Amino acid sequence: MSIRSTFTAPKNYNPVALSLIAIGVLSIIGLWVTSGSSTDPQEQARFWASLLQNSVFFLLVVNASMFFVCITTLAWGGWQMSFRRVPEAISAVVPVVGVICAAILLAIVFGDNHSIYHWTDAEHVQHDAVLSHKKGFLNKTFFTVVTILTVLLWSALGWKMRQLSRSIDNEPLATMDERKNYIFKNTVWAALYIVVFSLTVMSSLPWLWLMSIDAHWYSTMYSWYTFASTFVSGVALIALFVVFLKNNGYLEYTNDEHVHDLGKFMFAFSVFWTYLWFSQFMLIWYANIPEETIYFQPRAHGLYKGIFWMMFIINFIAPLLILMRRSAKRNYGTITFMALVIIFGHWLDFYQMVFPAVSPDKVPNIIYDLGVALGFVGLIMYFTGRALAKAPLLARNHPFVKESLIHYT
Amino acid sequence: MAKKKFIVGNFTDEAVLFPAVKKVRRAGYKLHDVFTPFPVHGLDKEMGLRDTSLHTAGFIYGITGTSTAVGFITWALTIDWAINFGGKPYFSLPAWIPITFELTVLFAAVGMVLTFCWLCQLAPFVKKHHFNPRSTDDTFVMAIECTSATNEEEAVRFLQAAGATDVKVETKETGWWLGDYSNDKMRFA
Repeated sequence: MSIRSTFTAPKNYNPVALSLIAIGVLSIIGLWVTSGSSTDPQEQARFWASLLQNSVFFLLVVNASMFFVCITTLAWGGWQMSFRRVPEAISAVVPVVGVICAAILLAIVFGDNHSIYHWTDAEHVQHDAVLSHKKGFLNKTFFTVVTILTVLLWSALGWKMRQLSRSIDNEPLATMDERKNYIFKNTVWAALYIVVFSLTVMSSLPWLWLMSIDAHWYSTMYSWYTFASTFVSGVALIALFVVFLKNNGYLEYTNDEHVHDLGKFMFAFSVFWTYLWFSQFMLIWYANIPEETIYFQPRAHGLYKGIFWMMFIINFIAPLLILMRRSAKRNYGTITFMALVIIFGHWLDFYQMVFPAVSPDKVPNIIYDLGVALGFVGLIMYFTGRALAKAPLLARNHPFVKESLIHYT
Repeated sequence: MAKKKFIVGNFTDEAVLFPAVKKVRRAGYKLHDVFTPFPVHGLDKEMGLRDTSLHTAGFIYGITGTSTAVGFITWALTIDWAINFGGKPYFSLPAWIPITFELTVLFAAVGMVLTFCWLCQLAPFVKKHHFNPRSTDDTFVMAIECTSATNEEEAVRFLQAAGATDVKVETKETGWWLGDYSNDKMRFA
């Protein structure tokens, strides 16, 4: 197979993506028929919670790839240049999933059903000392403004980074000063993105979107924990696309060394996720204060303990033992398998973040949620494929490209 | 200790060193070692060195640390001197994880440092032999070990042709500071 520099989707790529989207739509319709159209607010909440969990998870995962691009830019990293167009293309999905996610979140907040976000019930908040204390943060206006602003800023800054990357494809930078200038411009925009990112995913956004489902409970580690979860899945998604493109004869200059480094990221951030998960868990377990342990009661001991412990095993034990060896990180098969395991594991992690509060009496039928997840996977496949086809797969005029070509670990 | 002869050549450029290593190996000379001022990427592959097993040793030390910590704390806090801490069960694993983690890291780190020193034959107050002191500054130094089959003059000329400067033949006593390769069964030119 000859090496090609511009991606054209293989024959069955788009049909697969579209049928996955169809499965997603069918699952949503199924969920609507079985739960969403019910008059019971608890059943309605189950429908919306599924959409909430999936859209937030996949939005944060695709957005993590823009974080990957910006953090490597900011660190003046060169090794990722040979496949940087891949995370760039994945991040092009952010506006699409972002709009869907914002629409779902605002529909939940402004709907009449207060089963998911208790704090939207104005009358209830008046009589609730804890919630009325949090009114400055948990209110509809703040939620709306932050959600819309976040999606807008992520999309706009991501677009700017992609546009900077593509701007020199056809006009090489002739002089050293031009190259320095280009790197400086990249650094500034990447830094802006990182500031927005840290003010959202790393600090406030998961509190608003996810933690406020358990409105009385709080944890300051929650956002970092969410970030770790989505970043490791984001790297896994990048690795999946890199392996897919390599197997189809693209990405000529990406070799075992780059895949090895992606494997290291997957390994390291799995351990980092565990560190944050455990730090949050142990402090609450040790202090043993009822208002804090109430979060872990249904998860670690109650109805959801199967999902909770399975998610712990496949997010920590599996990557730790399977990805530890050097040869495992250089093997496309192992990397693909582990990337799928990690994405599924962190999807389960989000599942146990959302559902124990929404559906405390019974574990909902997870098949529907998996169907909705497949819909989002199809969406990501379809739009990433489109974005990949738009530009050459190597940013060949970037000043750091050579560093990536001679990369050696 | 046996006396051994070495042919020592100096290089100042990586771009000359790499092809020279390839040529020397292809010609069948016994490459003793290449001494460089800094880690040179890819040189280990070019010299045909196998991957280190240091990380396997590290894993074993780490596991030892984990089981030491868990084993000892379990024995101390459930059997030998059981104390009730805030109504928690005697066997309360989450509280022990930090210690377990620390001991894993400690065992792995100390064990790997000692293993590394042993593999490289480094110890305090041991003076390592330098073929050329400038290998700690700006020169890449390649040492070829002479076997019974090696024609010294020819080898010196070969090394010079490969781009080495200041090529010398030196006789050194092998010791544990130089590395003992007498178990090597491969045949060299």
